[in-house]
Amino acid sequence: MALTKTEFGYRRHPDQDRAGANIVDHAIVVVGAGPVGLSLAIDLAQRGQSVVLLDDADRIGEGSRAICFSKRSLEFWDRLGIGQRMVDKGVVWSVGKIFHGEQQLYQFNLLPEQGHKRPAFINLQQFYAEAYLVDRVSELPAIDLRWRNKVTALEPRNDRVALTIQTPDGPYRLNAQYVIACDGARSSLRQMVGAEFAGQVFEDQFLIADVKMTAAFPTERWFWFDPPFHAGRSALLHKQPDDIWRIDLQLNRFADPAVEKLPENVRPRIARMLGHDKFDFEWISLYKFQCRRMSKFIHDRVIFAGDSAHQVSPFGARGANSGLEDAENLAWKLDRVLRGTSPEALLESYHIERSAAADENIRESTRSTDFMAPNSHQEARLRKAVLSLAKETEFGKRMVNAGRLSTPSIYATPLSTADGDSWRGGPRPGASMLDAPVAGLRGEPMFLTEAFIGAGTRFTLLEFNNGAAPELPEGLGAVRIGGKDGLADSAGLAATRYDAEPGTAYLLRPDGYVAARFRHPTRPALDAALARAAGQS
Amino acid sequence: MPLSTASNFAKPDDAFRAIVEAHRGLNDEQSADLDAALVLVLANHIGDLDVLNEAIALAKRRMLDASQQQQQQQ
Repeated sequence: MALTKTEFGYRRHPDQDRAGANIVDHAIVVVGAGPVGLSLAIDLAQRGQSVVLLDDADRIGEGSRAICFSKRSLEFWDRLGIGQRMVDKGVVWSVGKIFHGEQQLYQFNLLPEQGHKRPAFINLQQFYAEAYLVDRVSELPAIDLRWRNKVTALEPRNDRVALTIQTPDGPYRLNAQYVIACDGARSSLRQMVGAEFAGQVFEDQFLIADVKMTAAFPTERWFWFDPPFHAGRSALLHKQPDDIWRIDLQLNRFADPAVEKLPENVRPRIARMLGHDKFDFEWISLYKFQCRRMSKFIHDRVIFAGDSAHQVSPFGARGANSGLEDAENLAWKLDRVLRGTSPEALLESYHIERSAAADENIRESTRSTDFMAPNSHQEARLRKAVLSLAKETEFGKRMVNAGRLSTPSIYATPLSTADGDSWRGGPRPGASMLDAPVAGLRGEPMFLTEAFIGAGTRFTLLEFNNGAAPELPEGLGAVRIGGKDGLADSAGLAATRYDAEPGTAYLLRPDGYVAARFRHPTRPALDAALARAAGQS
Repeated sequence: MPLSTASNFAKPDDAFRAIVEAHRGLNDEQSADLDAALVLVLANHIGDLDVLNEAIALAKRRMLDASQQQQQQQ
């Protein structure tokens, strides 16, 4: 395997020698060096913040775990400078097929159109993603990543949080203005702030096996209801890099995990599925899951992101991807609050936007799970009816739910300015920006998402030139399309996707979401929208 | 458009008869399967979530009324 370091030593830090009045104050402490904590730290560091990143282990977790990373996550990682590395290693896919018994019911394409820098999804083992993120962290001196540093106590103070941290050399203390808890589903920080984490527990068990084999299956997501090799239950097959295949098998509620996990019991099931026995196991894991979220993501100066704040079933790739969306949402807000360019109240919009997204993810993944594992005879009967209708009707196919895959939420948020003009399409305020192919000043092909990065990943005005652009407020990035100093919309797709006419302008937030849009922006309208999006009004 | 509870068939007896006959010769299990499919087909034909929710509420209200009457009789 062409990896890349996965084990990291503990190193004593000078902070550990400080006590009493000499305890060090940090602006941001991020707890948990998983995909969410690492990505958040990188985003903050790129915005000029110093970050202490703590992790209680000294290595990257084993097993492939999260494997599906969405277009939105890749666009975020592009901004962090590691999107290409992820895509180069990952398996690109956009097509899913659903089978019932031996028959194919339905096929979907998550990104049927051309002209996007990033695909709908890549599959990549989580340990690769984490390793690449750690590599990126090591290029950023503003991030101080400390392995085997376990937070054991939090004490809220007026203007900071006091942390007690256990290390192999014993405990030490730190103060932080903000603590970001990215410490996963079993978050110990969540317990420390005394937050509830209630939700729905699903009784059905699923077996994950990663097997190594060379196979000619296409790089598509294949899902079976009631397959001949696993009667009465569901199965999922998905390709990962390095000739590894993810297999997900639904077990019954009463299966004994210890017995089911034994390779000699898993092997015959998978051999029946593949029709041969020429594979090796990389990883076997058995899981049950819960759908739940914290009622508040912000507890004074402790802010929760990723699985620590919300958990969903895995069908739909909404776990890691929603955690990454949390990170991109929080990073720019925290940066502005710490700089004093936005009031602390801006952080509340993180809770508003991301808890609504968590509710959406929970709703979608609960529906998928209920469809796969019906709760009653009548639910099973309705599912049977849908599956049989799907054979001959389009509406039946669309009702079959084998996981609705993660797409970015559209935020109903106080940061958005409501449309005042009329629009027939384009991303509305609260939606994430759409990509499109454009050409640079020297005719070089590029994408709109790249132009956004080039403009500084900050509040940015995307303008469709009419020769009469207003003077821009200070500090606002600009991406201009058309005119002699603008990007060329060679394929016309930017104008189509943004429902643009000459003069149209979109105000983008630093996370690439639309804050406002105008047919003909005026300076006062722009100022007002910008103030609103920055939480200043 | 709200749920229509006016009589929409020129010959309501024909509609009732068509549904009754569809169930002829089926056991309870098969009948329930048929109803499940029929509900889904008709719901999609309506294609309006508000109307569907109203229809569900009306159907459920009938069930609740029936069970309350039963309790009062006891």
